[in-house]
Parts: sequence; structure tokens; C-alpha cells
Amino acid sequence: MLAFIIRRLLQAIVVMLTVALIAFTLFRFVGDPINMMVGIETTNEERAQLRQDLGLNDPVAIQFARFVGNAVRLDFGNSYQFKTPVIDLIADRFPATMELAIASAIFSLVIGIPMGVYTALHRRSWLSNIFLAASLIGISLPTFLIGILLIFLFPVTLGVLPSFGRGEVVRLGFWTTGLLTASGLKALVLPAITLGLFQMTLIMRLVRGEMLEVLRTDYIKFARARGLTDRAVNFGHALKNTLVPVMTIAGLQLGSIIAFALITESVFQWPGMGLLFLKAVQNVDIPIMSAYLLLVAFIFVTINLIVDILYAVVDPRIRIDARAAA
Amino acid sequence: MTPVLSVQNLRVEFPTRRGVLTAIEDVSFDIAPGEVLGVVGESGAGKSITGTAIIGLIEPPGRIASGQILLRGQRIDNLPPDEMRRIRGKRIGMVFQDPLTSLNPLYRIGDQLVETIATHTDLSASQARQKALALLTEVGIPAPETRIDNYPHQFSGGMRQRVVLALALAAEPELVIADEPTTALDVSVQAQIIALLKRLCAQHGAAVMLITHDMGVIAETADRVAVMYAGRIAEIGPVREVIKAPLHPYTRGLMGSIPSLTHDSDRLVQIPGSMPRLTAIPSGCPFHPRCSTCRSPGSIA
Amino acid sequence: MSAAENPPEILMRRPSRLRAIIDSDLVYSFLRSKVTIAAAVVTLLIVLAAIFAPYIAPKNPYDLTQISILDSDNPPIWMEGGQSPYVLGTDDQGRDVFSTILYGSRQSIAIGLMATLFAGMLGIALGLIAGYAGGTTDAIIMRAADIQSTFPAILIAMLIDGVSRALFGEQRNETVVFWVMVLSIGLSFWVQYARTVRGSTLVEKNKEYVLAARLIGIRPAKILFRHVLPNVVGPVLVIATINLALAIITEATLSFLGLGLPPTQPSLGTLIQIGQKFLFAGEWWIAIFPGITLAALVLAVNLLGDWLRDALNPKLR
Repeated sequence: MLAFIIRRLLQAIVVMLTVALIAFTLFRFVGDPINMMVGIETTNEERAQLRQDLGLNDPVAIQFARFVGNAVRLDFGNSYQFKTPVIDLIADRFPATMELAIASAIFSLVIGIPMGVYTALHRRSWLSNIFLAASLIGISLPTFLIGILLIFLFPVTLGVLPSFGRGEVVRLGFWTTGLLTASGLKALVLPAITLGLFQMTLIMRLVRGEMLEVLRTDYIKFARARGLTDRAVNFGHALKNTLVPVMTIAGLQLGSIIAFALITESVFQWPGMGLLFLKAVQNVDIPIMSAYLLLVAFIFVTINLIVDILYAVVDPRIRIDARAAA
Repeated sequence: MTPVLSVQNLRVEFPTRRGVLTAIEDVSFDIAPGEVLGVVGESGAGKSITGTAIIGLIEPPGRIASGQILLRGQRIDNLPPDEMRRIRGKRIGMVFQDPLTSLNPLYRIGDQLVETIATHTDLSASQARQKALALLTEVGIPAPETRIDNYPHQFSGGMRQRVVLALALAAEPELVIADEPTTALDVSVQAQIIALLKRLCAQHGAAVMLITHDMGVIAETADRVAVMYAGRIAEIGPVREVIKAPLHPYTRGLMGSIPSLTHDSDRLVQIPGSMPRLTAIPSGCPFHPRCSTCRSPGSIA
Repeated sequence: MSAAENPPEILMRRPSRLRAIIDSDLVYSFLRSKVTIAAAVVTLLIVLAAIFAPYIAPKNPYDLTQISILDSDNPPIWMEGGQSPYVLGTDDQGRDVFSTILYGSRQSIAIGLMATLFAGMLGIALGLIAGYAGGTTDAIIMRAADIQSTFPAILIAMLIDGVSRALFGEQRNETVVFWVMVLSIGLSFWVQYARTVRGSTLVEKNKEYVLAARLIGIRPAKILFRHVLPNVVGPVLVIATINLALAIITEATLSFLGLGLPPTQPSLGTLIQIGQKFLFAGEWWIAIFPGITLAALVLAVNLLGDWLRDALNPKLR
């Protein structure tokens, strides 16, 4: 088991380094960092001096090593736009994105899994058909469009729920949360649904597909042949076997939720990391762009790793084989 | 004496977009208590469907179109689903071909055994576990106290099939339907499993419907045999008689095609042609296009 | 039974190819499903409308001589204040919403199609190379695929767009923007094609006839083309339809975020972004109609994809 974990960790590090390389290339070679950092009045001597001070004349390998070293210490330099450390800007907006992401993940799981199970077990009922039709619409609508439609429906037409911002937030140490205020919670609703809808339909279709496959297997047939109750067969056996692969994919989806949060943040002007990145791309603020890239890579890689380990824990075939191989 | 199982004029249909497919037609046979009935035939002859129909697991839109199935004189083909479920496992047990896919890979075999026992009896958890251990010993699993907590993939093929047998017999059914129980196993293990099956059923007083395409197994194990072809029973009778003096030309062809260990021949004997697809079964006796002794195509042998 | 009474089947006429296609499972399942037919009709309508936009649109909204600021902010024709020929109303610049939708659909569909085509060709090529060459080449390509597939397509597309913005500066002309989008969206989607094709290539590569062909001296490219490609057509088509929908969504999202097509040559996404500002002002038609069109287009493509997937799935036959 330990060997398995170590192997996966090494793979993760390789991925991170590759992404770091890309981020570094971005940082160093797209446009001229010096020209973007300073104003027009700076003389050429000052620029040359700055170039020397920042180590931009050193060999590329050394610069890369320095870049990685800095990244590990969470030092990404200063933003071109705001002239403040990138890490501060990101840390400031991190809680907003995380709360949104987790709220929508919970929404998508809590609604998606039961819907998927229902449509698999009751294949011909009218409710199943409605769910399936809704799911098709769910994956066809781009996230931003869902946001727009929700805004049109609730704040504009019905006058309930806010259409932008986060509401009042409460500061707890380094974290700011909107969950403790009424306005904060109300502001969370539409963005969470917008972000979560796509994931919810994915999960629903996934659970349905997996469950239908599982219901066709021999061990389910044998379970029925042994006279086990429908409840035991459907929920004890079929559901458990369905959830194992579903869980992996759902876990991987959490990563994409954090990425897609970007779009939702734009629609609702939610002050999260995504919005920060967006403005950075529009203004070619490279330090923020490369930092965001590394951060997102890190989050994805970590989630993948955790999901892989979790999978090994839950599926006895992998767990026992991994132990045997170690 | 009432037969354990009595199948009368059973017909199973599958509606498809190309029309209604009749999988088995006019199938009738009885199984006496404690007897082993072999059901033999090629792939696609309808043997498995017959077994699946008896235990009530035909998937819709397939259905039993006509005929009756009687368990100890009581009709079971038209029971409501919940009552049929109670019969499954408790009065009729079924064993499938592939022991690897028959067991849920995520559950320990002990849990699967206890669950089955608990569903059909009122035993407490610890009593059920005791019974499970006893069953494992009966089917010949060594060191059952340790192995009861193992997962299916930790067993070899033959051992797995023993576990499957234990599961099928856990609630003491009167009839066990064994659908190709040894086809997926090594030849060396096949004989052991068949012998085990026969011994267990004799000990528990259960009748056996042994479905297979292997005539050798039938010859060794069965009391009577039914030969199926293209969804119908071609011939049925005591094993010795059917093998020695087959009446139906198909059976004769089958027996004739078994290569002999004792004398040489230049060519292997074959029945010309092949079994018709279910969508194109000839009218009257389905064997007549291939039959060398047929006098009139419309008659049933 | 003599041969004269029951003539063997060989003597019977083989059905013509057309008959075979008409009778095939594919067409059968298509005609059976009303939903799929509806989807196909909708797609066709939108595509045709987009292609013939200059002829259908009442006014060209991007020709400055044709718009009149006096006609701005009109609601759709069935509401109070609406006036013809502005069937669906006008925006704040006086542009006819119906026309903007037609021209916008053009851009959306064009980019979606080209990006999918690009992704397909790139993916198939890389898949063939990886599968056939094996060894380090294969390892590199697959590693790249693994790394790339940990990230959602939209981020990759955004990144490439951001880089192009830095390289070309803000004043990129419209053609550049178009092709940058095709490139960025295409680059984010090649992985699935590559994996599928690679799988098929590996299977075929090990077959004896390939070895035999190589011994005779036939070039590997020709072998692969002839034998692997027919096998992958089905799965690739399915991937392509799903991808087309995703490509259209990705393009729309990028444009909505301001990273895609500019307001001077908008796609449906850009139109929605422009319209968002007017939602609260009560001029909902500027955003909602393009939104409905986009939704209908993607929904229709998805339905067609679903039908294709089910029809080509051997397990469901």
C-alpha cells in the first residue's frame, strides 16, 4: 500500500514540474517582464539594472530553479496591475471560491445521485423521462447561460435573491465566510446552482449508466436467484458497486468545479480567484496567470491523488493486490 | 408421488422489432424428488432459457407466453413478484456458469452467505455465521474460519464455484438448477464440482436440473436426460436408454458424433448443416432439414 | 425436398446498397425517434439560417450604414413599442436582434466545426503515431495526454488565448482572433480522439496481416490508414458529436468572458455578454434570444450525438 502511495506521489510531482515549466515559460518569455512592470519614464539604465537585480540575465535553468523554489514558498512575485504580492491577492479570494465550489459540489451530489438511482431503477416511469430530459438540457446549457437565465428569472423578474456579489461576510482568522449571514447565504444560492447544475446532470447520467450496467451483471442475477429482497439487491449490492466508480469521477469533477467557478464568478461578479484570473488574462498580468495555473494544477493533482488512494481503500481487489505487490 | 417440478407446454417469447421470437416451444418434463435430470443441447437450443423461466428471472420484454410451471403441484409461473422472490433461494436454487462474475467482488463471501441465510431463515447473526461455516466445510473449503472473511477474487475458480454452491444451497431448496456449472472451470476441477453437486443434493434431498452441453457429464451424473434442439425437447428418457438406443434422429446424430476411444475412424462424424437461428425455425419438426431419416417434414418425431 | 422446389438463397437477388442502408439499424432507430428527427430538423434550420444569413437577415447589423440609432432599444414586435422589421427587437445601438442572431450563429457554428475538425485530425494523427511507433514516442504523447486531461478544456483554451493576446497585443485583427479560437479550442480537445485511435492501432498492429504487409514492403502509413481507420470511424464520430457541442459551448463561454470574438464580429456568446448589461434595464430580449438560440443549437447537437451513440453501440443492439 505504501509503495502504491509513493509511486502516485512521484507521478504527481512530475506533473507539477511539467506545469511549472509551462508557467515559467509563460512568465519569463511571453512579452518582456521588465517592460510590463515599469512605467514609460524608466530609463534604459534603470531597466538594465532591474534586469540584473531580478536575475533575468542568469542561465535559464537557474531561473527555472529559482522559480520553482519561489513557488514552493508561495512567492509568485508582484502583480503587474496591482503591484502587490500575487499570493496575497489569491489568498484573499480563495475562501470565496472554495465556499462556492463546495456548496455546488454538495448540491450536485445530493440531487444528482438520487436522481440517477431513480432513473436506473424505474426505467419507464414518466418521472424518469422528465429527469432524463432535464439532464439533457442541463448538459446542453453552458454554465454562463444558466447563470443568465437564473438571474433573469429570480432577481429580475421575481425580485428575489441577489444577482451579484457575495453579501456580507464574516472574517474568521484568515478565512472570510458568507455562510454566517443571511445575505451571504442568499447570495450563495444562485451561483451554487449555476455552477452545480452541469455537474449534477453529469453525476445523474453517470450513476444511471453505471447502475444499469451493474444491474445486468451475473452477481446481481445470482443475488436475485437467491431470493434476496429488491431492497437488498438494488441498494445493498447494486448501489454499492455503482458508487465506487462514480465516486472517483465525482472526485475528479471537484477539480473542474473549481475551474468552472471562473465562469460563474464572472456572471455573478463573485469575488473569487476565478474572477481575479479572468481580469489577469484580460490585462496580461502574467504573474497572476502563472500563479493561478500552478495553483489549479496543484489542486487537480492533489484531488486525483486522494481519489486514487480512496479508490484503493474502498475496492478490496486493488487494496489487496497493492499490498501483495508492495 | 408428486414430482418436485412439473413443466407443461412451456412457451417463452421475446418481442423484438423484427417480430416475436419464440425461444422455447411446447417444453414439458417432470423432475421427481431427489432425481437428477440432465438437459443437454447445443448453444442456443433453449436450455438456459428454460432454467431461467422456471426460477422466474426472464427479463421483460421476454415473457412466458403459455404453459405452466408447477412446484410440488402448485403453480408458480403466475405468482406475484414478491411471492416468487420468496420461492427463489428457499425452494428453488440456481447456479450459474461463471463463478467469478457470480459473486459480488466488493463483499466478503461470509457476508454474502450470512445475508442469504438471514433472508430465508430466522437465525440470529451468530447462528447464521455458524451455519455459513458449516456450509463452507460441506462444500470442501479448507480452513473455513479464515476463508469466510475473504473476498471472491482471493479464491481459485474451483473454490469459487464451491462457494457458489454453498450460497445456492444455503436455504435448503428442494430443486437446484445448475446452468453449465463447470463450463468455465478447468477440466481437472470439473469432475470434482459435478461430484460435489451430486453428493450435496443427494444429502440435502434436493432434485437437480443439470443444464450442460457436455454429454459426458450427463452420462456420469444424471438419472434422466432431456435433449433440446431449436427450442424444443427432441427426446427425453432415462440416461442409459437415451445413450444406448436414441429414438430421435438428432440424438442419434449426437451420440454418433462422439469420438470413440476404442476404435479408429478416418473422419469425425458430423450432423450436416447447423441448428437454425431462432428467427428461422422450420415448421413442424425443427430438425427435418438436416434429418436423414425423415419421412414427412410436418411430423414431430 | 429437391433443389428445384426450394431454390438456395444464393440464387436470390442481393438487395441494393440503398436498400441496405434504408433497412439498416441506423436509419431505423433514427426514424423511430421523433425526438431525434426534431433535433436534426432544428440543427439543419439553424445551420441553413446561419449560412444564408446575408440573404435572410432584414438588415446587416454590422454595416454601419444600415443601422439607425433612432431605432434603438425596441422590444420584440409582439410587445408594445415594437416595430417591424425588427422582429425580435433592437439593442442599444439600433441593431436588429434577429439579424445579430443570424450572424452570430454563423460565427458560433463556424468556430465549433473548425475546432472539432482540427481536434479530430490532430487527435487521430497523434493516436496513430503513438500506437504504431510505440516506445518513447508513445510514452511522450500519452504522458502529454494524461497531463492535459487533468485540466478542463476551458482553462487550456483560456491560457492559449491569453498567450496570444500577450504575443499579438490588444489590436489583433478579426481573422487572427478567429483562428486563435479554433486553435485553442481544438488543442484542448484532441486527447479523447488520440486515446481511442491509439487503442485501435495497438490492436491492429499486432495482427499478422500487418506484419505480412510490412514484410512485403508496404509503408506503415498506408497499412494504418486502410485498416485502423475504418475500425475507429464509429467511436470517433460519437466523440466528434459530443465534442462539437462542447466546442460550441466553449467558444460561447470564451466570448462571453470577453476572451473570444469581439462585439464587432460577435458570436452568440458575445451577444449574450452584451445583453447581460441590459437585463436589469428591462431590455431582456437582447440577451435572452441569443441565449435561446445557443441552447437550442447545443441541445440539438447533443440529441443527435446521443442517437448516434446509441445506434452505433454494439452492446445495445
